[in-house]
Amino acid sequence: MTAPPETGFAGAIHNTRRAGLVVVQPRMGFAEPSAMRAGLVAVRDARATTVGTITLDSYTRVGDLHSARTAVRTRTRLNGYPLCTHPDDTTRSMLSEVYRPGFPIQIRHGSARPRHIIEAMARIGLDATEGGPVSYCLPYGRTPLRSAVNEWSAACDRLAEMSTPERPAHLESFGGCMLGQMCPPSLLVAIAVLEGLFFAQHRVPSISLSYAQQTQPEQDLEALAALRRLIGELLPDLDVHVVLYTYMGVFPRTRAGSSALLDESARIAVFGGAERLIVKTVMESVRIPDVADNVAAVERAEREVRCSQQMRAAGRHPWAPSESGLYEEARTMIDTVRSLDPDLGIALHIAFRRGLLDIPYCLHPDTQGRTRSRVGPDGRLEWAHVGSLPIDGPRPAGHAVGAQELTSMLNYVADRFDSTVAVR
Amino acid sequence: MTLRRLHVLVTGTSSDAHTWNLMYLQLALEEAGHEVTNLGPCVPDDLLTETCVRLRPDTLVISSVNGHGHTDAARAAAVVRHDPRHDAMPIIVGGLLGTAGNPNADHAPALRAAGVTAVLEKDDLPKLMRLLAETRAAAPAPATATATAAATAAAAATAATAAGRELEGAR
Ligand code: B12
Repeated sequence: MTAPPETGFAGAIHNTRRAGLVVVQPRMGFAEPSAMRAGLVAVRDARATTVGTITLDSYTRVGDLHSARTAVRTRTRLNGYPLCTHPDDTTRSMLSEVYRPGFPIQIRHGSARPRHIIEAMARIGLDATEGGPVSYCLPYGRTPLRSAVNEWSAACDRLAEMSTPERPAHLESFGGCMLGQMCPPSLLVAIAVLEGLFFAQHRVPSISLSYAQQTQPEQDLEALAALRRLIGELLPDLDVHVVLYTYMGVFPRTRAGSSALLDESARIAVFGGAERLIVKTVMESVRIPDVADNVAAVERAEREVRCSQQMRAAGRHPWAPSESGLYEEARTMIDTVRSLDPDLGIALHIAFRRGLLDIPYCLHPDTQGRTRSRVGPDGRLEWAHVGSLPIDGPRPAGHAVGAQELTSMLNYVADRFDSTVAVR
Repeated sequence: MTLRRLHVLVTGTSSDAHTWNLMYLQLALEEAGHEVTNLGPCVPDDLLTETCVRLRPDTLVISSVNGHGHTDAARAAAVVRHDPRHDAMPIIVGGLLGTAGNPNADHAPALRAAGVTAVLEKDDLPKLMRLLAETRAAAPAPATATATAAATAAAAATAATAAGRELEGAR
């Protein structure tokens, strides 16, 4: 492995890893530069080991800069920061004194066609973002997968070009989340690793692979172990770390339930060996969280991380990872896709067309839509139909999921946390 | 009296990528006996208007949760209303329309001015069902045993794909 980077996003993660800490990060974005700055300052000063986030708004994401401009002009609230609409100098002064070596900042967006965003980052000097040809395409609209692959190839090349050995650009795969819920962990792990291999093919020097908390901690620990093992096997020469997302599906409606779910994710991060944790707030099911909500969430997560680290040091483990063959399933999918074409972009495209990769309940036309998943009786997320995936599993004839069943599965985690807290 | 099945066009807004809301609405409406065409997420205005002209749905349901719904749905309704052929078609909007967690009703005046018929809250699904039942009762009884050709074609297409997956015009 090459010498670890000293500065930028990658460098900061290295330093905290060396110190045995888990970096905690919000999902934060505000339209107004003053609010965005206030949020970054508050996260930097929070009682936690943090990095900053600028989440972009949905107009910027889909490339509708006209609507972003109109919203800024008419002071209409946006769901994120319009990076490509505010003049670069406005963003530079928003960042001045905040964005420094000790406090790296990541741009999170969700764009299948990200060139305008990467160019703005290059002009402003921002070095870290999130994305992927699959994970920023299939859950995020109707851009054809083929275009997203081309666009993300160019984006990765640009990130590689922006990099210097001292300050490598960093790219995180969103592959461990997909539609936020109901995607069995083996497939999440496979997509994250395949996107990591895609980034490596394009010489992005520093990457992270994600995994989102699902329905059962034992299964999540098995998934994180599989992800780490696959990174060791398939990406041994690259600077890679693992980032855990607090639950990305329908969130509990009570404060207590939301907090308990956040706590559980912090424990999973520690016992699963993630270097970074991206949190959610108690306002998740209600509205865009404000600065105070975000600070409360990172501080709470930090406390739980420290508690869990003490538990671990004392040899106490809350859960035993399950042993369901998750690694083997992920590995089979990865190997099958890699065998399709030496160019991973082409291989991914073929794989989705043939259903060798297929996300349950995904509406995107470039997937076959034959797979189905369910929350099993023991709370594990499992396959209900494996479609044409190259793995063993159920292929029942003619079971359609109804509205009631769908809602109860989507609300499984929210209900579990809201109700356990209520009885307490 | 036999009531004609309503053909409901369900759509996301131009900037909204969320799909679980659309899938849920499709299943719930189908189970209530309606025919549904699901346009999917991130629907640009011209795809929406073109689909309305082509399929002539009985009702348009716009769902948005990303917080831009109050502007995006207003714009979408205005472009649809631009065509007088859709004068009689109810446009019903719901989801999570703003970013501040306030009721959707706060956005109703602007949405109605743009041509929206009803603005519903996140948990107003029973009301949506009621409005559709009223529309259905008011709709002319089927002249023959069939609905419109377009609705029949859309229904066949929907039946041919896995539940909740028909993405009209996406390719
Ligand atoms: C899953 C999820 C995602 C997934 C979506 C995957 C997918 N393809 O669908 C991912 C992770 C990709 C995602 C991304 C984003 N998300 Co999101 N997401 C959620 C989450 C956690 C759950 C939504 C869900 O699936 N619900 C299940 C469905 C079945 O329920 P529903 O959507 O609420 O719809 C119900 C009702 O609203 C109602 N309803 C819906 N439409 C209509 C219409 C009518 C007429 C009626 C009567 C009823 C009705 O019926 C449905 C069934 O009950 C919510 C928060 C939460 N609720 O916990 C945030 C949330 C909706 N997301 C949010 C945001 C901002 C985003 C992003 C825009 C962030 C960003 N800035 O990039 C991105 C990008 C998406 C975009 N550009 O549009 C915000 C919206 C904020 C607001 N409105 O104030 C929320 C509330 C989170 C938050 N607090 O910040 N998201």
